[in-house]
Amino acid sequence: MEIIVCVKRVPLTQEVDLEINAQKTDVRKDMLAYSINEWDNYAIEEAVLLKEKQGGNVTAVTVGNEEDEEVLRRCLAMGADKAIRVDSGSLVLDSVGVAKALAQVIKGMPHDLVLTGVQADDLNEGSVGTMVAEMLGLSHAAVVRGVEPEGDGATVRVELEGGVDEVSKITTPALLCIQTGINEPRYVSIMGIRKAAKKELNVVKVEDLGLSQDDLAPWTTVEELYLPPETEGAEFIEGDPATVAEAILRILKEKGVSK
Amino acid sequence: MGEIFVVVEHRKGEVREITYQLFWKANELCQKLSHTLTAVLLGGKNEPFLDEIKERADKVIVFEDERVKHFNGDFYKELLVRLIQEHRPFLTLIGHTPWGMDFAPSLSIKTGYPLATDCVDILVENGRPRAVRQIYTGKIFSRVAFKDSEGYLVTVRSGAFPIDKAGEHKGEVVKKDLPEDLPEARRQFMAFEDTGAGAIDITQADLLVSIGRGVGEADKVPIMQELADAMGAVLSCSRPVVDKNWLPKYHQVGTSGKSVKPKVYLAFGISGAFQHVAGISGAGCVIAVNKDKKAPIFRVADYGVVEDLFKVAEALKGKMG
Repeated sequence: MEIIVCVKRVPLTQEVDLEINAQKTDVRKDMLAYSINEWDNYAIEEAVLLKEKQGGNVTAVTVGNEEDEEVLRRCLAMGADKAIRVDSGSLVLDSVGVAKALAQVIKGMPHDLVLTGVQADDLNEGSVGTMVAEMLGLSHAAVVRGVEPEGDGATVRVELEGGVDEVSKITTPALLCIQTGINEPRYVSIMGIRKAAKKELNVVKVEDLGLSQDDLAPWTTVEELYLPPETEGAEFIEGDPATVAEAILRILKEKGVSK
Repeated sequence: MGEIFVVVEHRKGEVREITYQLFWKANELCQKLSHTLTAVLLGGKNEPFLDEIKERADKVIVFEDERVKHFNGDFYKELLVRLIQEHRPFLTLIGHTPWGMDFAPSLSIKTGYPLATDCVDILVENGRPRAVRQIYTGKIFSRVAFKDSEGYLVTVRSGAFPIDKAGEHKGEVVKKDLPEDLPEARRQFMAFEDTGAGAIDITQADLLVSIGRGVGEADKVPIMQELADAMGAVLSCSRPVVDKNWLPKYHQVGTSGKSVKPKVYLAFGISGAFQHVAGISGAGCVIAVNKDKKAPIFRVADYGVVEDLFKVAEALKGKMG
């Protein structure tokens, strides 16, 4: 089984103060740490699990610059056989542009399954995967938390609201957008990443894929970023933990839920 | 005068609440822009909720066929692409739900209409729409502009708008058959399965001690279980805790878990992603403990504590005796 996994490197923004840049088009990223997008981590794990069960090859693909190769090396360490970085140069791509670049590179490779994360931690658009499916004419499913390949198809479990799963059969080749929690992504050691350095990592430029700047012109652009409007928000309880605990217990008593 | 489409989402004979939120925004925009509101309903024969839809739209286009009684992304895409190409609506509103996410991006690629997803507001100035989104774990708002287009597609976050009240309209119903050249679907629905049932029921608790990613590791979960037990509370959690297998799914609060309504919700190390916050809107009082002062949970909490959660948990346990 030939599996392609699309991954993205994203900044970690929890427990960090974010600052908007001077053009108000993005946050200042120079001080941020980066990681593989959480959803993509589950997607690559799922691909490697499927390969371990069924045999075949896993290829990790990302669109970005040289620094983004870090997540590809991580995928190789997790068990991907090779990796491809689509170099988009200095172009600012929106989700349609990223989807076009991915579709164009995947088109030239054998693929039974294409996996992406449901969405990315940074912009949470959740549209690239399904767009790639549409461009390649693949069947697809969004928000997948279970995959069982069988014959020329697969049984997929889609997560709906309120703890309900929708189980359906899908034809392959298919593109599946993978939800967090579908598996337990394996631990990646520095040693593992070093060992995987021998694996194949190719770079292809968007123009070599036949995509011009016009082809990749964005359909949507960020006009302005701003901080959330001030709301009343929480009343903060100050003091040492003992004082805080007393205050919390007073509130519980007031609300009639103290033991 | 243009047209605004609202795509009706329904499941097991009931309209999903997001649809009424889409109607609310669509009606507001229609009044402002003198557009007409067209609801698009794909369903089985004589769906019981057609009247509810009629009262909220100028026109209801109904595809009645057993093949679309249950959601099917392939059929939704094919039928909506054709309908959009025929009507060329200025704006098409779709819920940012697992089903909306399944077909909205396909529609965008097939029609060439630009798409903004997971939007919390839509602004129209001089005939051009802009979408408001939340990015970077809800810490930043983003106003998004579209390329020039005849029509635009927007998926809307659940809870972004109030629920539209019925009665304003008496929509004309236009029934359509599925076209004969409709391709076969590549995905077949088999069953719904409830994954949320389990040993405890968090929806009935008066006091919830709820834990999030901030708990850090599986080994720390028993400490919080002990605290919940000592306080006479039930232990619940946010999504990352279930994703990491620290607790079973029936503990999970939020859009993909359960909606809860305790008198007090004590959130430890929960950042407050909107999917989680949506599940605690029924809570009487929310107390949040988190190290990150900018965590979105503090925007919805009644009381906040910026502190290491284990220090607070320990102090609380100490006072329970």
